[in-house]
Amino acid sequence: MNFLYAAYSATWIIHIIYLVILVRRYHSLRNEIDELKKGKPTPGH
Amino acid sequence: MKRQAEGDECRHENSMKRAFPIFAVLTAVLLSYALYEALVAAPTEQTMGNVQRIFYYHVPSAWTAFLLFFINFVCSIQYLVRRDKVADSIANWVAIVLGVAACAAAVVIRPLPSGVEPSSVATTGLAITGLYFLVKRYFSGSRTDALALVTAEVGVVFCTVVLVTGPLWARPVWGIWWTWDVRLTSTLVLWLIYISYLMLRRFSASGQTPVLAAALAIFGALDVPLVYFSIWIFRTQHPQPVIGGGGSIDPRMLHVLLINWLAFLCFAALICWSRYRLEVLQREVEEIHAMKGLQDPRSSG
Repeated sequence: MNFLYAAYSATWIIHIIYLVILVRRYHSLRNEIDELKKGKPTPGH
Repeated sequence: MKRQAEGDECRHENSMKRAFPIFAVLTAVLLSYALYEALVAAPTEQTMGNVQRIFYYHVPSAWTAFLLFFINFVCSIQYLVRRDKVADSIANWVAIVLGVAACAAAVVIRPLPSGVEPSSVATTGLAITGLYFLVKRYFSGSRTDALALVTAEVGVVFCTVVLVTGPLWARPVWGIWWTWDVRLTSTLVLWLIYISYLMLRRFSASGQTPVLAAALAIFGALDVPLVYFSIWIFRTQHPQPVIGGGGSIDPRMLHVLLINWLAFLCFAALICWSRYRLEVLQREVEEIHAMKGLQDPRSSG
């Protein structure tokens, strides 16, 4: 049973990590867009 | 014409935006139901016991990863051939001929290899042709490249699930975590190829990156049939296929397997859609930065 739960947990942990990465990327892009709208130079550009 | 196409695209995007929350809720319900079916409703396998239930996550994840890599392959071909009109029309004809040839092969070739159904040959051929023209119709120009990147990234996530759940099943059943068997090794190679594809996309700053990545993706996709058919061609430790290839499965188990695959397909579509929107937005921002750099060369450094 331990291996079964480990496999199911690992599957969802992998998917959740990827979703968190996507959400973080989205927020950073939103901030960049807001700064562009304000006309401020963004870091790295 | 261009304005009309842009209007169509805008309407299409708006309807997709409205449908997104409904689709997300339906996917969550389907995933919960699939989990219940896999852990509770599916019958317990006699020899392996409960550990066999890993199969309901391992196999659908593998099929989803293969499908995503296949879409990446189609997008990469289209990205390359659209740069040349002759190559584009040749590719269109190849896609049509492939669909017709698969249907003809299903009727004409007798006997087909063991476990291969004529209907599955015809369906696969038609699906390839259909997918090719679907991508061509709805994804134009750099959007084909964006879709290629998105499907490769999500495909790698699903392939990672396959590579993690496989050893977790193998340890109690085979007594080992890993063996350098053809199926396992070719899956690892597939994962490494697409990791290198993503690294190329991430770290290369050359203007030719999408072209190089598309060429790499075409070679990477050639590994997919090798992974899939390796258990037919070579003697491997990996279990034989449960659908086709002479394998058999309890109808209740097959039902649970297909429910889980449907749930994972919906989940993959949902992630791909979100990631695609993010990619398009990111490209728009990069374009604005480039325009700003051209207007004010001092700001670009």
